[in-house]
Amino acid sequence: MAAKSKRGLIKIDAELCKGCYLCESVCPLNLISISERLNQKGYHPAVYIEEDIGIKEHKCKGCALCAIVCPDIAIEVYRE
Amino acid sequence: MKKVFGKPKCLKDAVFHYCPGCGHSIIHRLVAEVIDELSIQEKVIGVPPAGCAVLAYDYFDIDIGESPHGRGAAVATGLKRALPDRIVFTYQGDGDIAAIGTAETIHAANRGENITVIFVNNGVYGMTGGQMAPTTIIGQITTTTPGGRNEKRDGAPIDLSEMLALTTGTVYIERTAVDTPKNIIRTKKAIKKAFRVQMAGLGFSLVEVLSACPTNLKLSPVQANEWIGSTMTTYFPLKVIKDKVGKLGALPHLE
Repeated sequence: MAAKSKRGLIKIDAELCKGCYLCESVCPLNLISISERLNQKGYHPAVYIEEDIGIKEHKCKGCALCAIVCPDIAIEVYRE
Repeated sequence: MKKVFGKPKCLKDAVFHYCPGCGHSIIHRLVAEVIDELSIQEKVIGVPPAGCAVLAYDYFDIDIGESPHGRGAAVATGLKRALPDRIVFTYQGDGDIAAIGTAETIHAANRGENITVIFVNNGVYGMTGGQMAPTTIIGQITTTTPGGRNEKRDGAPIDLSEMLALTTGTVYIERTAVDTPKNIIRTKKAIKKAFRVQMAGLGFSLVEVLSACPTNLKLSPVQANEWIGSTMTTYFPLKVIKDKVGKLGALPHLE
Protein backbone atom coordinates (compact mmCIF):
# COMPACT_ATOMS: atom_id res chain seq x y z
CA MET A 1 0.00 0.00 0.00
CA ALA A 2 2.35 2.58 -1.24
CA ALA A 3 1.03 6.04 -0.57
CA LYS A 4 0.55 8.03 -3.70
CA SER A 5 3.57 10.24 -3.73
CA LYS A 6 3.42 13.50 -5.59
CA ARG A 7 6.01 14.17 -8.23
CA GLY A 8 7.36 17.55 -8.98
CA LEU A 9 10.02 19.28 -10.91
CA ILE A 10 11.91 22.53 -10.81
CA LYS A 11 13.29 24.74 -13.54
CA ILE A 12 16.31 26.88 -12.77
CA ASP A 13 17.00 29.91 -14.93
CA ALA A 14 20.79 29.76 -15.14
CA GLU A 15 21.05 33.37 -16.29
CA LEU A 16 19.15 34.69 -13.25
CA CYS A 17 21.11 32.56 -10.78
CA LYS A 18 23.91 34.25 -8.86
CA GLY A 19 25.41 31.06 -7.42
CA CYS A 20 24.64 31.75 -3.76
CA TYR A 21 24.23 27.99 -2.97
CA LEU A 22 21.22 28.60 -0.69
CA CYS A 23 18.97 26.25 -2.72
CA GLU A 24 21.64 23.56 -2.63
CA SER A 25 21.82 23.85 1.17
CA VAL A 26 18.06 23.38 1.76
CA CYS A 27 17.11 20.64 -0.75
CA PRO A 28 16.08 17.65 1.39
CA LEU A 29 16.89 15.20 -1.42
CA ASN A 30 20.13 16.86 -2.57
CA LEU A 31 18.87 17.23 -6.12
CA ILE A 32 20.59 20.54 -6.75
CA SER A 33 24.26 20.97 -7.51
CA ILE A 34 26.46 23.77 -8.76
CA SER A 35 27.41 23.84 -12.41
CA GLU A 36 31.01 23.95 -13.55
CA ARG A 37 30.23 26.31 -16.39
CA LEU A 38 29.81 30.04 -15.92
CA ASN A 39 26.71 32.02 -16.83
CA GLN A 40 26.81 35.40 -18.58
CA LYS A 41 27.15 37.27 -15.30
CA GLY A 42 30.18 35.17 -14.35
CA TYR A 43 28.60 33.05 -11.63
CA HIS A 44 28.50 29.27 -11.40
CA PRO A 45 24.73 28.65 -11.55
CA ALA A 46 22.81 25.98 -9.68
CA VAL A 47 21.54 23.04 -11.76
CA TYR A 48 18.73 20.57 -11.16
CA ILE A 49 20.53 17.22 -11.31
CA GLU A 50 17.67 15.08 -12.66
CA GLU A 51 17.03 17.36 -15.61
CA ASP A 52 20.73 17.79 -16.23
CA ILE A 53 21.42 14.08 -16.70
CA GLY A 54 18.02 13.32 -18.22
CA ILE A 55 16.32 11.15 -15.56
CA LYS A 56 12.66 10.66 -16.47
CA GLU A 57 11.48 9.30 -13.07
CA HIS A 58 11.84 12.43 -11.00
CA LYS A 59 12.56 12.08 -7.30
CA CYS A 60 11.72 15.74 -6.76
CA LYS A 61 8.47 16.22 -4.85
CA GLY A 62 8.06 19.88 -5.66
CA CYS A 63 8.30 20.98 -2.03
CA ALA A 64 9.48 24.40 -3.23
CA LEU A 65 11.96 24.93 -0.37
CA CYS A 66 14.62 25.85 -2.93
CA ALA A 67 12.32 28.40 -4.56
CA ILE A 68 11.37 29.89 -1.19
CA VAL A 69 15.00 30.61 -0.27
CA CYS A 70 16.08 31.67 -3.76
CA PRO A 71 16.76 35.41 -3.58
CA ASP A 72 16.62 35.90 -7.33
CA ILE A 73 13.40 34.03 -8.16
CA ALA A 74 15.44 31.91 -10.55
CA ILE A 75 13.51 28.72 -9.66
CA GLU A 76 10.06 27.79 -10.88
CA VAL A 77 8.34 24.81 -9.27
CA TYR A 78 5.86 22.47 -10.95
CA ARG A 79 3.80 19.79 -9.24
CA GLU A 80 1.41 17.12 -10.46
CA MET B 1 2.35 19.49 -14.16
CA LYS B 2 0.97 22.66 -12.65
CA LYS B 3 3.13 25.65 -11.86
CA VAL B 4 3.07 26.16 -8.09
CA PHE B 5 5.81 28.73 -7.65
CA GLY B 6 6.96 31.56 -9.86
CA LYS B 7 7.50 35.26 -10.01
CA PRO B 8 4.74 37.32 -8.32
CA LYS B 9 2.54 39.39 -10.63
CA CYS B 10 3.51 42.78 -9.21
CA LEU B 11 7.24 42.35 -9.66
CA LYS B 12 8.57 43.67 -12.96
CA ASP B 13 10.57 41.46 -15.27
CA ALA B 14 13.85 42.96 -14.04
CA VAL B 15 16.92 41.24 -12.63
CA PHE B 16 17.69 42.20 -9.01
CA HIS B 17 20.93 44.14 -8.63
CA TYR B 18 21.49 42.79 -5.11
CA CYS B 19 24.54 40.69 -4.21
CA PRO B 20 24.28 36.87 -4.23
CA GLY B 21 22.38 35.67 -1.14
CA CYS B 22 21.05 39.09 -0.17
CA GLY B 23 17.91 39.12 1.98
CA HIS B 24 16.49 42.21 0.26
CA SER B 25 15.40 40.32 -2.83
CA ILE B 26 13.63 37.69 -0.70
CA ILE B 27 11.78 40.42 1.20
CA HIS B 28 10.89 42.19 -2.07
CA ARG B 29 9.36 38.94 -3.28
CA LEU B 30 7.43 38.41 -0.03
CA VAL B 31 5.98 41.94 -0.14
CA ALA B 32 5.01 41.40 -3.79
CA GLU B 33 3.37 38.05 -2.99
CA VAL B 34 1.37 39.65 -0.16
CA ILE B 35 0.24 42.50 -2.44
CA ASP B 36 -0.86 39.91 -5.01
CA GLU B 37 -2.72 37.81 -2.45
CA LEU B 38 -4.56 40.82 -1.04
CA SER B 39 -5.29 42.09 -4.62
CA ILE B 40 -4.22 45.63 -3.77
CA GLN B 41 -1.75 46.26 -6.60
CA GLU B 42 -3.76 49.29 -7.83
CA LYS B 43 -4.16 50.76 -4.35
CA VAL B 44 -0.76 50.36 -2.75
CA ILE B 45 1.99 52.99 -2.54
CA GLY B 46 5.51 52.02 -1.52
CA VAL B 47 8.11 54.32 0.03
CA PRO B 48 11.63 52.93 -0.45
CA PRO B 49 14.63 54.21 1.55
CA ALA B 50 18.09 55.47 0.78
CA GLY B 51 20.26 52.39 0.91
CA CYS B 52 20.59 49.21 -1.09
CA ALA B 53 16.82 49.09 -1.70
CA VAL B 54 16.69 52.61 -3.16
CA LEU B 55 16.04 51.16 -6.62
CA ALA B 56 12.91 49.30 -5.49
CA TYR B 57 10.92 51.21 -8.15
CA ASP B 58 12.82 49.22 -10.76
CA TYR B 59 11.35 46.00 -9.40
CA PHE B 60 7.87 46.70 -8.02
CA ASP B 61 5.07 47.27 -10.50
CA ILE B 62 3.23 49.55 -8.05
CA ASP B 63 3.15 53.28 -7.24
CA ILE B 64 6.32 54.40 -5.48
CA GLY B 65 7.09 57.65 -3.67
CA GLU B 66 10.81 57.95 -3.03
CA SER B 67 11.82 59.48 0.30
CA PRO B 68 14.91 61.35 1.52
CA HIS B 69 17.26 59.33 3.70
CA GLY B 70 15.41 58.11 6.79
CA ARG B 71 12.24 60.11 6.18
CA GLY B 72 10.12 57.21 4.94
CA ALA B 73 7.64 57.42 7.79
CA ALA B 74 7.19 61.19 7.28
CA VAL B 75 6.63 60.79 3.52
CA ALA B 76 4.25 57.89 4.15
CA THR B 77 2.33 60.04 6.67
CA GLY B 78 1.79 62.69 4.01
CA LEU B 79 0.76 60.15 1.36
CA LYS B 80 -1.66 58.39 3.71
CA ARG B 81 -3.26 61.62 4.93
CA ALA B 82 -3.68 62.97 1.40
CA LEU B 83 -4.93 59.64 0.00
CA PRO B 84 -6.52 57.79 2.93
CA ASP B 85 -7.97 55.05 0.71
CA ARG B 86 -4.49 53.92 -0.40
CA ILE B 87 -2.37 51.37 1.41
CA VAL B 88 0.99 52.96 2.16
CA PHE B 89 4.04 51.02 3.23
CA THR B 90 7.64 52.07 3.79
CA TYR B 91 10.57 49.76 3.17
CA GLN B 92 13.57 50.83 5.22
CA GLY B 93 16.94 49.48 6.22
CA ASP B 94 18.51 49.69 9.66
CA GLY B 95 20.78 52.63 8.82
CA ASP B 96 17.79 54.43 7.36
CA ILE B 97 15.20 53.82 10.08
CA ALA B 98 17.36 53.44 13.22
CA ALA B 99 20.01 56.10 12.63
CA ILE B 100 19.08 59.08 10.48
CA GLY B 101 15.32 58.51 10.55
CA THR B 102 14.81 57.72 14.24
CA ALA B 103 12.89 60.92 14.98
CA GLU B 104 10.48 60.60 12.05
CA THR B 105 9.83 56.95 12.78
CA ILE B 106 9.20 57.36 16.51
CA HIS B 107 6.87 60.32 16.03
CA ALA B 108 4.93 58.65 13.21
CA ALA B 109 4.51 55.61 15.47
CA ASN B 110 3.52 57.77 18.42
CA ARG B 111 0.86 59.54 16.35
CA GLY B 112 -0.44 56.13 15.38
CA GLU B 113 -0.26 56.84 11.66
CA ASN B 114 -2.10 54.17 9.73
CA ILE B 115 0.93 52.97 7.77
CA THR B 116 3.00 49.79 7.53
CA VAL B 117 6.78 49.77 7.96
CA ILE B 118 8.98 46.95 6.66
CA PHE B 119 12.23 47.31 8.62
CA VAL B 120 15.09 45.30 7.11
CA ASN B 121 17.78 44.79 9.76
CA ASN B 122 21.08 43.41 8.49
CA GLY B 123 23.37 44.98 11.10
CA VAL B 124 25.61 47.01 8.76
CA TYR B 125 25.45 49.92 6.34
CA GLY B 126 25.37 47.79 3.21
CA MET B 127 25.43 50.27 0.32
CA THR B 128 28.20 52.51 1.62
CA GLY B 129 30.64 49.68 2.26
CA GLY B 130 29.87 47.89 5.50
CA GLN B 131 30.31 50.53 8.21
CA MET B 132 28.96 50.06 11.76
CA ALA B 133 25.22 50.65 11.99
CA PRO B 134 23.20 51.34 15.17
CA THR B 135 22.09 47.70 15.08
CA THR B 136 25.57 46.19 14.67
CA ILE B 137 25.95 43.64 17.46
CA ILE B 138 28.67 43.66 20.12
CA GLY B 139 31.93 42.25 18.78
CA GLN B 140 30.86 42.37 15.12
CA ILE B 141 33.68 43.42 12.80
CA THR B 142 32.83 46.16 10.31
CA THR B 143 35.00 48.57 8.34
CA THR B 144 34.65 51.24 11.05
CA THR B 145 35.00 48.79 13.96
CA PRO B 146 37.91 46.61 12.79
CA GLY B 147 38.41 45.27 16.32
CA GLY B 148 34.72 44.50 16.79
CA ARG B 149 31.98 46.73 18.22
CA ASN B 150 32.87 47.76 21.77
CA GLU B 151 29.95 48.54 24.08
CA LYS B 152 31.86 51.18 26.06
CA ARG B 153 33.11 53.03 23.01
CA ASP B 154 30.28 52.53 20.48
CA GLY B 155 27.23 51.80 22.62
CA ALA B 156 25.02 48.72 22.55
CA PRO B 157 22.86 47.79 19.53
CA ILE B 158 19.59 49.72 19.41
CA ASP B 159 16.41 47.67 19.61
CA LEU B 160 14.16 50.02 17.68
CA SER B 161 11.18 47.67 17.55
CA GLU B 162 11.04 47.40 21.36
CA MET B 163 11.35 51.18 21.59
CA LEU B 164 8.44 51.68 19.20
CA ALA B 165 6.37 49.13 21.12
CA LEU B 166 6.42 51.53 24.09
CA THR B 167 4.56 54.23 22.15
CA THR B 168 0.79 54.12 22.41
CA GLY B 169 0.07 54.52 18.70
CA THR B 170 1.62 51.23 17.55
CA VAL B 171 -0.69 48.26 17.02
CA TYR B 172 1.34 45.39 15.63
CA ILE B 173 5.11 44.86 15.79
CA GLU B 174 6.82 41.58 15.02
CA ARG B 175 10.44 40.57 14.47
CA THR B 176 11.15 37.78 12.00
CA ALA B 177 14.07 36.65 9.85
CA VAL B 178 14.71 35.34 6.35
CA ASP B 179 17.46 32.88 7.19
CA THR B 180 15.55 29.59 6.78
CA PRO B 181 12.52 28.53 4.71
CA LYS B 182 10.45 28.32 7.91
CA ASN B 183 11.33 31.85 8.94
CA ILE B 184 10.70 33.13 5.40
CA ILE B 185 7.16 31.71 5.52
CA ARG B 186 6.66 33.32 8.95
CA THR B 187 7.91 36.63 7.61
CA LYS B 188 5.37 36.49 4.82
CA LYS B 189 2.58 35.87 7.34
CA ALA B 190 3.79 38.79 9.45
CA ILE B 191 3.92 41.15 6.46
CA LYS B 192 0.43 40.04 5.44
CA LYS B 193 -0.91 40.70 8.92
CA ALA B 194 0.75 44.12 9.01
CA PHE B 195 -0.92 45.07 5.72
CA ARG B 196 -4.28 43.80 6.97
CA VAL B 197 -3.92 45.86 10.16
CA GLN B 198 -3.57 48.92 7.98
CA MET B 199 -6.43 47.92 5.68
CA ALA B 200 -8.66 47.56 8.75
CA GLY B 201 -7.61 51.09 9.80
CA LEU B 202 -6.25 50.01 13.19
CA GLY B 203 -2.97 51.99 13.15
CA PHE B 204 0.81 51.71 12.92
CA SER B 205 2.25 48.29 12.08
CA LEU B 206 5.89 47.30 11.71
CA VAL B 207 7.67 44.10 10.71
CA GLU B 208 11.38 43.92 11.49
CA VAL B 209 13.13 41.38 9.29
CA LEU B 210 16.62 40.12 10.13
CA SER B 211 18.31 39.69 6.80
CA ALA B 212 21.77 38.61 5.70
CA CYS B 213 24.36 40.86 4.07
CA PRO B 214 26.96 38.24 3.04
CA THR B 215 29.14 40.79 1.20
CA ASN B 216 29.72 43.00 4.23
CA LEU B 217 29.72 40.22 6.80
CA LYS B 218 32.52 38.68 4.70
CA LEU B 219 30.76 35.32 4.84
CA SER B 220 29.28 33.02 2.23
CA PRO B 221 25.47 33.33 1.89
CA VAL B 222 24.94 30.00 3.67
CA GLN B 223 27.29 30.97 6.54
CA ALA B 224 25.69 34.42 6.77
CA ASN B 225 22.27 32.83 7.27
CA GLU B 226 23.71 30.53 9.93
CA TRP B 227 25.25 33.57 11.63
CA ILE B 228 21.80 35.19 11.82
CA GLY B 229 20.31 32.12 13.46
CA SER B 230 23.18 31.57 15.91
CA THR B 231 24.47 35.06 16.79
CA MET B 232 22.21 37.89 15.65
CA THR B 233 19.07 36.39 17.18
CA THR B 234 20.69 36.42 20.64
CA TYR B 235 20.56 40.24 20.48
CA PHE B 236 17.37 40.43 18.41
CA PRO B 237 15.15 37.49 19.44
CA LEU B 238 12.44 36.56 16.95
CA LYS B 239 9.02 37.18 18.47
CA VAL B 240 5.78 39.13 18.32
CA ILE B 241 6.77 42.27 20.22
CA LYS B 242 3.37 43.93 20.36
CA ASP B 243 -0.04 42.80 19.16
CA LYS B 244 -3.04 44.92 20.08
CA VAL B 245 -5.12 43.61 17.17
CA GLY B 246 -7.29 41.39 19.35
CA LYS B 247 -8.16 44.26 21.73
CA LEU B 248 -9.08 46.60 18.88
CA GLY B 249 -11.38 44.11 17.16
CA ALA B 250 -10.55 41.17 14.94
CA LEU B 251 -9.37 41.61 11.37
CA PRO B 252 -12.09 41.13 8.76
CA HIS B 253 -12.12 37.77 7.00
CA LEU B 254 -10.46 37.55 3.65
CA GLU B 255 -12.64 36.64 0.70
